Amino acid sequence: MSKNMIMAGLVVFVLAVLSPFWLNLITSTQAAPEPELLGKAAKVKKCVLDKYEMRAEHMYLLDVWRDSVVRDAARKYTGTNGETFNMSLSTGENSCLGCHEDKAKFCDSCHDYASVSPYCWECHTNPKEIE
Amino acid sequence: MNQRYLIPLTAVFLLFLLAYAGVEGLGLQVVFGVLIPYLAIAAFVIGFVIKVKGWAASAVPFRIPTTCGQQKSLPWIKQNTIDNPSTSTGVFVRMLLEIFAFRSLFRNTKAAFNRNASNKLTYSFEIFLWVGALAFHYAFLVVLLRHFRFFTAPVPEVIQTLEYLDGIIQVGLPGLFISGPVLLLATLFLLSRRIFDAKVSYISQAADYFPLFLIIGIAATGIAMRYFTKVDIIGIKEMTMGLVTFHPHIPEEVGGLFYGHLFLVCILFAYFPISKLMHMGGVFLSPTRNMANNTRAQRHINPWNYDVPIHTYEQYEDHFRDKMIEAGLPVDKKE
Amino acid sequence: MADELTPDEALDKIDYRPRSSSEPRNWLDTTKSVQIRPGMYCYAAKPESVETLGLPYAREWNPTDEDWKLPENWQEILHEGIKERLERFRTFKIFMDICVRCGACADKCHFFLGTGDPKNMPVLRAELLRSIYRNDFTFAGKLLKKIPGGKRLLGSREMSLEALKEMWYYFFQCTECRRCSVFCPYGIDTAEITIIGRELLNLLGLNIDWIATPVSNCYQTGNHLGIQPHAFKDMLEFFVEDIEDITGVDCTPEFQKKGADILFITPSGDVFADPGTYTCQGYLILFKYLKDKYGLDVTWSTYASEGGNFGFFTSHETMKRLNAKMYAEAKRLGVKWILGGECGHMWRVINQYMDTMNGPADFLEVPVNPITGTRFENAASTKMVHICEFTADLIKHGKLELDKSRNANRVLTFHDSCNPARGMGLLEEPRYCIKACADEFYEMPPNTIREQTFCCGSGAGLNAGENIELRMAGALPRANAVKYVHNKFGVNSLATICAIDRAALPTMCEYWVPEVDVIGVHELVGNALILPGEKERTEDLRMEPLPGVEEE
Repeated sequence: MSKNMIMAGLVVFVLAVLSPFWLNLITSTQAAPEPELLGKAAKVKKCVLDKYEMRAEHMYLLDVWRDSVVRDAARKYTGTNGETFNMSLSTGENSCLGCHEDKAKFCDSCHDYASVSPYCWECHTNPKEIE
Repeated sequence: MNQRYLIPLTAVFLLFLLAYAGVEGLGLQVVFGVLIPYLAIAAFVIGFVIKVKGWAASAVPFRIPTTCGQQKSLPWIKQNTIDNPSTSTGVFVRMLLEIFAFRSLFRNTKAAFNRNASNKLTYSFEIFLWVGALAFHYAFLVVLLRHFRFFTAPVPEVIQTLEYLDGIIQVGLPGLFISGPVLLLATLFLLSRRIFDAKVSYISQAADYFPLFLIIGIAATGIAMRYFTKVDIIGIKEMTMGLVTFHPHIPEEVGGLFYGHLFLVCILFAYFPISKLMHMGGVFLSPTRNMANNTRAQRHINPWNYDVPIHTYEQYEDHFRDKMIEAGLPVDKKE
Repeated sequence: MADELTPDEALDKIDYRPRSSSEPRNWLDTTKSVQIRPGMYCYAAKPESVETLGLPYAREWNPTDEDWKLPENWQEILHEGIKERLERFRTFKIFMDICVRCGACADKCHFFLGTGDPKNMPVLRAELLRSIYRNDFTFAGKLLKKIPGGKRLLGSREMSLEALKEMWYYFFQCTECRRCSVFCPYGIDTAEITIIGRELLNLLGLNIDWIATPVSNCYQTGNHLGIQPHAFKDMLEFFVEDIEDITGVDCTPEFQKKGADILFITPSGDVFADPGTYTCQGYLILFKYLKDKYGLDVTWSTYASEGGNFGFFTSHETMKRLNAKMYAEAKRLGVKWILGGECGHMWRVINQYMDTMNGPADFLEVPVNPITGTRFENAASTKMVHICEFTADLIKHGKLELDKSRNANRVLTFHDSCNPARGMGLLEEPRYCIKACADEFYEMPPNTIREQTFCCGSGAGLNAGENIELRMAGALPRANAVKYVHNKFGVNSLATICAIDRAALPTMCEYWVPEVDVIGVHELVGNALILPGEKERTEDLRMEPLPGVEEE
C-alpha cells in the first residue's frame, strides 16, 4: 500500500476518533436539561424516592410497579418519606404524571438528551393529550 | 505459568480500586474524570499515529502476497480472483473479507494425531476461534459506537438506530443491549482458551492476558452500572459532554464504580498503541494480503534495490574456456 | 541414518501438548538448555563456501560446540542488522508488531505436527526473534526492562548467546513453506521472518553447509551441484543416449545457442539425480517434438544452468546475485523469452522477486507461444513462463500427440509444492497436464493440497543427510495424506513439480509409505508424447516395461 493511502487512512481514522470533539465544535450542542419542578410537584415536593435515587432508578421502580399492579393487583406504594402513592404512571391525581404535569419537561427532556426511548408510551397516554 | 495471568488479573483489579478509592476516599474526581481521560486520548492518538507512520516509513521491496487459490494464467483456467487477486479490485475484496469477516481465520482447522488405531493425522474444521473472535470484535464495536450517545447532543439518528437494533429483544428495564453480554461472554471464551488450551497457554504472555482482563473489567463495570447498581445517566452525560466541549464538569452523586469503569477505559486507550492491539491498524497493511499477485505481469519497484556483485558470463568463460572448447560448447572468445 | 529412528519410534514421540517434563513452563526460560540435537540440525557452512561469496565471518565452527567463534561485537551487528531490516521490510516491522498469539497457526506447521516441539509452532518460531525485538526496539519493551520482572510480562528478552543459538536451531527447522500464513488472520508469514532471521544469522557467518556450498557452487559454476560446463553437457548427452535407446529418436539439445527462440532453465537437481533425471528426459523429448513438428528453437545454458536459488535461503542479496544470471544469459543469447522448468522455490523467486530485483527485462519480448499464438499476459513483464503453463497451453490447443496408455501403470496423486501453491497459485496447470497424460488420478484430502498443501519437510535448504530425523518428522503430514490415497485408491505414484520434492519425497515414501514412486509431471509427458519417427516403445523412461508389454 502506498504511503499516501496509508496517510489518508490514518487521517480518516484520527478524525473518526476525535469526532466527538470536532462534531460538537461545528454543530450547536444541545445543553443538558435543567430539571424543574412545576405545578403540583413544585408545591408538594415529596416524591417516592430521593432525588438522585429517583434519577438513577426510576425505570427499575416503574418496572417493579408494573409487575406488582398487573400480577398482584397491589397498587399502593409507600415511599421513603412515608407517604403512600398510587402505583401508576399516568392515571389519577396520585400518579407520576398526576403530580408532574408536564411530560415534555419531566420525562422527555432527559430521555431525549440521553437517547433513551422507553416504550412506556406505546401503551400509556399522556393525560394532557386526552383532554 | 500461573503468574502470567495472575499478575495482569491483579493489576486490573488494583487499577479499578485505585480509581474507586481515589474518588470515593480522596475526592479525586478531577484527576480521574478530567485529567486522565484527556491524557489517555492524547496517548492513544499520538501513539497510534507514530506507530502507523513508522510502518508507512518502511519500504515494501517485494510483492509477496500469500496466494490461496488459482493464479491468473491461461484464459481457460478459472482464476480465484479473491484469494489470488491480480487486480486492485480483487485485492480490495480480499481485504474487505479479511477485515470484516476474518476470512483467513475461518479456514482454521484442528489437527489431531491418532497414534495407535490408524496412525492417522486428521484435520477437522475448527470454527470456535472464528466465532469467538467475530463475536468479540463486533460486540466491542457496537458497544463503542453506542457510547457515542454520551458524546453527542442531540444524538445522531444512526446511533439511535443502532441502539434500537441492539435492544431489539426488549428484555428488562432498562432494556437489554445484546452487545454487552456478548462482549463479556466472548472475552471470557477467549480467556478460557488462553488458559485451558495447552498450546495457546504455552505461547501466552502476561501482555496477552492484560487486555482481556481489562476488557472484562470494562464490560463488567458497564453492565453493572446499566442493569444493577444504576447511575445518574444525565449527570454522566453532562460530564462526558463537558470533556468533549472542553468545559469540564464534575457531576454530584456519580460514584466510584463509574470512575473505575472510565479509568479502565483510559488505560485501554493509552495501552493500545504500545501493544499487540495495534493489529487493528496492522491488518490493513499486511503485504501478504494487500497486494496483487501480478508481479510477473507488472514490475514492482524496490526503492532500495542496490547493485550486487555477480559472476558474469565473461568470468565464467574465462574460468572454463578450455573445457568448454574441448566439449564443443560455443564460446565468445576463441583464444 | 534413517534407520536410527524407526517410523514407529518417531510416531511415539508425537505429542501436541507442550511437555512440561522436558520443556520449561515458560519458553523464555529454555535458553539455558538449548539442546542442539543430532538428527535435527544441519552441519555448519564450510569457510571456503562462505568466502567464495565474500560473505562475512567465514570460519570453522560447530553448532554443538559451546563456542561459536562469534565476532566480539556480534550483538551490535545483530542489533544494527535488525534495525536496518525494519526499515527495509514493512513485512518485518508489521509482523514483529501485530501478532496477537491467537494460536491459529500453531498446528498448521508440518514440523510441529511431526515433532510436537512447541517451538515449531510458527508463532513461537517468530517469537524467538520477536522477544528480542520487543526488548530492544519497542516503547513498552524499553520501559518494562527497567522494572524487575518487567521483561517477563511482555515476553521480551536480551540477545543472549543462548537466544542466538535457539534462533539458529529453529530458523533452520523451517522450510519457508508459508502454510501458517494462509491461516493467520493478519497474513503473518513465518517464511518472511525465517528469511530475515537467516539473513541476520548470515551476518555472523552462521549458515549451514547444505545451503552455503550449493550457493557458492552456483555462483562460480552456474549450478548448485557444481557441475562444470563440459560435465553438464555430458550428463544431458547421457540422457539423450537413453532416450534414443527407448524411442529411437535423437533428442540432442542445443547449448548456449545465440538467437534461439527460448532459453530453458531448470533446477540442476534434475540433471543429477533420479527420479529428477527422468523429468529432465521429459523436457528433452518435449523440446525435440516441438523442434521437429513446429520448428521451435529452445536452448539450454551451462552458465545459467540452475533454476533453483539457494541464495533465497541465505539473504535477499545472495538471492539477487544468483538470480541475475537468468536475465544476463537471456540477454547475451538474444532469446525472445525464458521458459522455466519444474521447481518450487525457483518459481517463488521468479514470480515474486526476479523482475523487481534484476529487471526490467526490456531486452526480451512478451512471451508468446509461437505454436498456439497464446500470449502469456500473466508473464508480460518478467517474461518467464512456467513449463506447466506452456505445456498445458499446447495440450489445450491439441498440439501434442499423447498416448495415455503408456502411463497406464500409474495411479497418480499430485503433491502441490509449497512455493508454486502459496507464492504463485499454480494449481490447475500441472493437474491439467497430468490428466492429459494418465487416466487414473486421485486427489489427496482437501486439507492437504492446493493452498493448504504440506511441505515435503526438506525445502529451504534442509534436504541434508545429517538432519534426517527432522526431515522425516516434517514429512509426516504429507506422507500421511499420501498413505491415505495409497490405501484407499491404490495410488502408486506421487506426481510433483519441484526438484527438491523429487529428491526428498522418495526418501519420505521409503520411510513412511513404501510402494509409492515419485514422478515429475514432465516425466509423464515424456512417456506419453509420441515423437515423430519414433520406434515402438517397450520401455518407459525408467527403462521399465511399458504396461501391457510384459504379458506379450
